[in-house]
Amino acid sequence: MNTWVYIDHFNGQPAPASWEALGLAKTFGAATALVFGQNVEALAKIALEYGADSVLLADDPALAVFSPEAFTSTLAALASDSPPALILFPTTSRTRELAAMLAVDLVTGVLVDVTGLELADGRVIATRPVYEGKLLEKTTCSASPQLVTLRARAFPKPTPEAGRAGEIKKVSAQAGGAAVIEGFVAGEQGVSLTDAGVVVSAGRGVSNDPAEGFKLVAELAAVLGGAVGASRAAVDAGYIPYANQIGQTGKVVSPDLYIAAGISGAIQHMSGMRSSKLIVAINKDAEAPIFQAARYGVVGDLFTLVPALTEAFKKKLGK
Amino acid sequence: MDFSLSPEQLMAQKMVRDFSQKEIAPIIKDYDRKQEPIPFMLKRMGELGILGICFPVRYGGQGMDYLSLGLACEELEALDTALRVAMSVHTGLCGMTLLQWGTAEQKRRLLTPLASGAKIGCGAFTEPGMGSDVAAMQTSARREGDVYLLNGEKMWISLAGVADYALVTARTDALAQKPSQALSTFLVDLNSPGVTRGNLHGKLGVRAGSTGWIAFQDVQVPLENRLGHEGEGFKITMSAFDHGRYTVASGATGLIRASLVASVAYAHERQAFGKAIGEYQLIQQKIAQMAQDYEVARLLYWQVGWMKNQGQRPTLQTSYAKKFATEASFEAANQAIQIYGAYGFSDEYDPERYLRNSRGAIIYEGSSEIQTLIQAGYALGEREDKPLRCELPAYDETFWQEN
Amino acid sequence: MKIVVCVKQTPDSEAKLTAQNGQPSWGDAPLVINPFDEYAVEGALQQKEAVDASVTALCIGPEAARDALKHALAMGADEAILVSDPALEELDSAGAARILAAAIQKIGDADLVFFGRQTIDNGTGLVPAQVARVLGWPLLSLVGAMTVEGAEIKVERTIEEGKQIARAKLPAVLSIMQSVGEPRYPSFMGIRKAGKATIPVWTLADLGIAAPAQAVWRAELLNPPAHDSHCEIIKADSPEAIAEALVEKILAEKVL
Repeated sequence: MNTWVYIDHFNGQPAPASWEALGLAKTFGAATALVFGQNVEALAKIALEYGADSVLLADDPALAVFSPEAFTSTLAALASDSPPALILFPTTSRTRELAAMLAVDLVTGVLVDVTGLELADGRVIATRPVYEGKLLEKTTCSASPQLVTLRARAFPKPTPEAGRAGEIKKVSAQAGGAAVIEGFVAGEQGVSLTDAGVVVSAGRGVSNDPAEGFKLVAELAAVLGGAVGASRAAVDAGYIPYANQIGQTGKVVSPDLYIAAGISGAIQHMSGMRSSKLIVAINKDAEAPIFQAARYGVVGDLFTLVPALTEAFKKKLGK
Repeated sequence: MDFSLSPEQLMAQKMVRDFSQKEIAPIIKDYDRKQEPIPFMLKRMGELGILGICFPVRYGGQGMDYLSLGLACEELEALDTALRVAMSVHTGLCGMTLLQWGTAEQKRRLLTPLASGAKIGCGAFTEPGMGSDVAAMQTSARREGDVYLLNGEKMWISLAGVADYALVTARTDALAQKPSQALSTFLVDLNSPGVTRGNLHGKLGVRAGSTGWIAFQDVQVPLENRLGHEGEGFKITMSAFDHGRYTVASGATGLIRASLVASVAYAHERQAFGKAIGEYQLIQQKIAQMAQDYEVARLLYWQVGWMKNQGQRPTLQTSYAKKFATEASFEAANQAIQIYGAYGFSDEYDPERYLRNSRGAIIYEGSSEIQTLIQAGYALGEREDKPLRCELPAYDETFWQEN
Repeated sequence: MKIVVCVKQTPDSEAKLTAQNGQPSWGDAPLVINPFDEYAVEGALQQKEAVDASVTALCIGPEAARDALKHALAMGADEAILVSDPALEELDSAGAARILAAAIQKIGDADLVFFGRQTIDNGTGLVPAQVARVLGWPLLSLVGAMTVEGAEIKVERTIEEGKQIARAKLPAVLSIMQSVGEPRYPSFMGIRKAGKATIPVWTLADLGIAAPAQAVWRAELLNPPAHDSHCEIIKADSPEAIAEALVEKILAEKVL
C-alpha cells in the first residue's frame, strides 16, 4: 500500500508531527511525501531522509504562502490523477483547513486529531478523543481517499537517515486563495507547546506573585528543554498570554512529562493535558482534582518547590 | 397546577447562575476572609439588570415576573449570601415597596433610578434598641412646612455604607395610641446634610457584604418623598417585610442547595474504610434530608412568587417559606460540615462559610420567633389580611414590558 | 449587512461523560450552546454594533436544539433558524457543511458566516472550512479581531507560529477565537424576546436537497482506559528533599 503523507510547514519550517506521520505511513508500506510551497525542495529532501520513498513536490510562487484553497486544489488534482487509499496529515491549523476542504472536493471524510490508527484490508480504524477528551471513539471513513490528521506526539518520530535518496517528482500547482495575508507577527520563540516533550504549567497558584511564579516555571521548563503552559485562570487573570493556555479553550498537549504547578485541575484544563504520559502535580490544596490525574504529587507551595525541582534536575541531569 | 418554569425564567436563572459562577465564585473566599465587600458586585448586578429584574420596563426595570426575583435570589445565595442580601434590601425592601405604595410620580422619579441600578437603595427599619417590635421605633420625623425633619439612628442596615437611598420608617405622631397610626415611611436621600453612617465589623457571617448604621440629625426629607399617607408607615413596613422575606426565603433555598451539592460531591469523592462515604447510610440520611428540605423550601417560595404574580398577598405563605428555608439552610450547612469532617471545619472549603452565612437570616427580617407568632396568629384566627389601600400590583406581562 | 452565526448544541463542558452501549451519556447535565459558538455569537454581535448588521443564528439539530438558538437570541441575535429533519440524525462534518451552506443560501444575502473554532462534542473543527469550500467563499479561520472595511473584512488570526493579519472580500466564512472577548450574558430584554420568538424549522425539503452521503462513521465509543488513579504523594522534610525524591521518581519512569 502506498500512503501519501502531507508535510506541513510554515515558511519552510516543518511541523515535526509530519515526520511522525511519515513514520506511521512506512509501517503500512511505501510512503509518498507531499511537499507544497515555494523554494521548498530542501524539505523534500528531508522527507526522503525521514523515510519517504518518493516526494510529490509542488514548488511554485502560487504556493508561497499557505492558502487552503490553492493547496486544496493542488492536492485534489494530484489525488484525482492517481487516487491513494490514505492520506495522512499532521494536525495543525493549516492541515485542518486543507483536509476539510479536500474532503469536500473529493467527496470523502476526514478523521481528525487521531491518536491511534489500525489498518485492516487497506481501511483505517482511527482512535480519537471526543467530548474534550472525556471519551474516545473508533472511527472509519467509508469513502476514498481516507483522510487522517494525526495528533502531534501520538506516534513515534522516525530517525532520519542522512543522505537517503529517492525520487522527487515535480508536480504543478493550482492557483487559488481568496484571502490575502498582509502581515505576520511571530509568537514567542521557544519550544512549541504542542510539540514539546515536557510542559511545565502554572495556574492560579501563582497569584501572590504571578511574574515570579512564571519565571520559576520557565526556569524549570528550560532545564528540561520544555515549554511553559498555563491554566485558563492564569490567562484570564492576565499573568501570561493566551498562546500558553492549555485546555478546552486553549491548546491540547500530550508531552512525555507534564508538571502542573498551582493548577487545581478544572475539567477544562484536564481536557487539554490528560493524554500526557506522566503527570506531576504541585498544589497547596491536597483535595485539588489535579491529584486524581497525577502519578506523583506534592502538597505544598510552588514558590519553594519549583525552584527546588529546578536545582534537583540540574544536578541530576548534569546541567 | 403548572410547576414548570417558562423559557424566560429558565434563561434568567441560567444568566444569574453564570454571572455568579464566572465573576464571584473565583473571588468570594478572598473577600469573605478579608471581611470586605466585593467592590464591583453592585455595579455588575446593576449593569446586568439583576437588581431591577422584576420591575416594569417603564420604571427602569427588566420586565420579568416576581417568581424570577426568587429564582435570581436562589442562584445568588447558592454562591454567597452577600449577593442575595443586596437583592433583599435594594430590590425587595426598597424597590418592591416603592412599586407597591408609590404614586405614579414617585415610581417614575424614585423607583426608576433604583430599578435601573443607577442608584442603590436599602431599607432602614431596625434601631439599636428595637428590631421585631416595630411599634417601639424611636426615630422621629417632624413635619415643618414642605419638609420632614428626621432624627434618630438605624442599625444593622445592609448596604448602609454604599446606598444612595434608604426607605426609612419613623414616628410622625408621638401621641398616637396605636402604632398603626404613629409611623410614616420615607425614601431618604442618604447624601442629604445631617446623614452620617458607618459600617459594622466582626459579623459572624455575610462577611463579603456590607452592614452598617445610619444616623439622622435634622435631616430634611421633602414631603414628596413620603411614601403613602402620614400614619401608613406601619402597614408599609409590613409590606416591605413581605417582600424582603420572600427574597430571604428564596435565597436560603439556594443556600440549602449549595450545602447539598457540596455534600453530594464530597460523599462521592471521600473514601473511608475502603469505600466512598456516600455509601454509608448515616451520610445518606443527611443528604436525603437536605434534598427534601431543598424541595420543600423551593415549593414554598415558588408558591409565594406565584401568589405575588396573581396579585394575592402572601404574608402567611412568605412566613412559612422564610422560617422553613432559613432554619433548613442552617441545618444543611451544619450537616455538610459534618460530612466534610475536619475539612468542613476549615475555611479552605465552603460549608463553614455556608453555616456562618445562614445564621443571620434566622434573626433578620422577622426572627423565627416572630414568624411562629405570625403563623399562630393566622392559625388561631386572630390575624387576617385586611385589604390595603395599595396592594402590590399583579404581574401583567404587557404592562411590565411596554415602555 | 447580514451575519449568519452557526451554532450547535452540546453537553455542558462541566458534564461527566460516559460511553454507554456505544452512546454518549451525560446524565442529567444540561445541553448548552457549544461554548466556542458563544464566542462566535459575541463576535457577530460586536460587528452588529460596529457596522449595523443583522445577526441570524443557524443550527442543525433536533427540536431540543432550539434552546441553543434561544441563547443566541437572548444574547442579542435578531433571528434564528433551526434545520431539523429525521434524515439528518447521522451527519459527518462535510454533510453538515452541505446542509449549512444550503441553509445559508436560502437565508440569502449573507455577508459573513461565523463559526466557533470547534465543537466540544466531536470537535473536528472542519465545518467552517468545508462550508467555505461548498459556498466558494473565502475562509478566515481562527479570527480574534476583525474590522469590516467596505466590501472587505480585515482580521487578525492566531496560528501556531504567531499572529497573521489577513483580509478577504465579502462574503466570507470566519471561525472565531476566544480572544474576540468573553461572550456577553443574555440581557433580560433579550431573554424576553427569545422566550417569545418563533423559530422557523427548515427540513431537507425546505432546503431542496437530499440528505448528504455519510463518509465518516463512528464504529465504537469508548470510555478512556481506566487511569491508574493512584497518585503517590511525595513527602519529605524540606522542599529540597521533596524535589530530590520527586526527580528520582520521574527519572525512573524513563519518560525524559
